[in-house]
Amino acid sequence: MCQACGCGDSNVVPVALNERILAVNDRGAQHNREHFRNAQVSAINLMGSPGAGKTAVLEATARALGESIRIGVLAGDLATDNDAQRIRAAGLAAESITTGTACHLDAEMVHKGLHRLTGWHELDYLFIENVGNLVCPAVYDLGQEVNVVALAVTEGEDKPLKYPTMFQKADLVLVTKVDLLPYLPNVRIDTIRENLSKVMPVPRMIPVSAFTGEGIGHWIQWLRTVQIPRVAAQSAGAR
Amino acid sequence: MHEYSIVQALFDQIQAAVRARGAISVRRVKVQIGEIAGVDVELLRTAYNLFRERTICAEAPLEIDAVAARWCCPDGHGDIEKGRPLVCPSCVRPARLAAGDEIVLQQLELEVP
Repeated sequence: MCQACGCGDSNVVPVALNERILAVNDRGAQHNREHFRNAQVSAINLMGSPGAGKTAVLEATARALGESIRIGVLAGDLATDNDAQRIRAAGLAAESITTGTACHLDAEMVHKGLHRLTGWHELDYLFIENVGNLVCPAVYDLGQEVNVVALAVTEGEDKPLKYPTMFQKADLVLVTKVDLLPYLPNVRIDTIRENLSKVMPVPRMIPVSAFTGEGIGHWIQWLRTVQIPRVAAQSAGAR
Repeated sequence: MHEYSIVQALFDQIQAAVRARGAISVRRVKVQIGEIAGVDVELLRTAYNLFRERTICAEAPLEIDAVAARWCCPDGHGDIEKGRPLVCPSCVRPARLAAGDEIVLQQLELEVP
C-alpha cells in the first residue's frame, strides 16, 4: 500500500538481484563437472564452425590412440546422427545429442546425453562435440574441464578477432586442415598465432591435419597434460 | 540465436522474483551485458520484446547496461590497451578479464500491493 498517504494504491519498488541470467545452466554444469571429476573422466568441450573439422579430429585421435585410451563422444548437432555414426565407425563410443533448433549445447542436454552413453564413467576422455557455431556454444558452461576450439585454415586468419568470445574461452586452438595451406597463399599460421594472442590471455595453438596426421602427436601430448582436479572428500563421499 | 534461450532464462528468474515478493506487475527490467559475453544486445532486445507480450512484463521496458571489455594485469600494472596482445607489457603475465563477460539480471522494478 502507498506509504505516503495510505490511499491503497500500489507501490513500485526497486529490487536489486545481480544474478547471472544463466545461473540454472551454471548449476547444471557444476553438477556435470562433479560427475566427471568423481569418475576421473577428462571432459573436453570441442567447439568450432560447421566444417572446421571437429569430427575429423576425433577420428584422427581415435586412429592415433588405438585401444590404449578409452574415449567417448557426445556429438551435438541440429539434425542427423551422422557425426556420431562416423565416430562409432572409427571405433569410439558415441551418442548424438540432436538439438533441433538450438544453436548450442547446454548443461542439461549433456546430462541427458550422458544417461545414454553407456559406461561413460569408465572413459579416460569424454569429448563433447558442440554444435558447429562460433558464437552461441561459448556462452554455455557444460561442466567440461577444458575448451578446445577447432579453426580450419580455410576459415581465414581473422576469425579469432571476429569471434573473440569463443577464442577467449579456449584452452587450446587446433588449427586444422593445415595440409591445405599450399593452396591458401593468403593464410599464414603466424598471423593466426598473432591474432589469437590478442583474444587469448594464454594463447595455445597446435596446427594439425587429420588427413595427413601432421600435428596429431602433438595434440595427443597436450591431451595427456589435461589434469582433473581431485574431488573434495565430502562431495566424493556423498555419492 | 541463443538470445532467445537467454530471454527464457531471464523470464524464469523474473517470475521467481515476482512470486517471492507477491508483485502485481513488473515495471522495468535492468540487465548488464558484457561486450565479449557472446550476447548480441539488439537480438536480446528483440527477443525480450517478443516474449513480454501478454506476460507480467508487458509494461516493463528492458534497460541494457552494455559493459565494455577490459583486460588488466593480474599484478596491478594497469589495463591492457585495446587491440594489444593479452599479456602485461611490464611483467609479461597473462592478462585477466576485469569486465566485459557479464550476463546479469541487475534490478527489477516491481509493482507491489
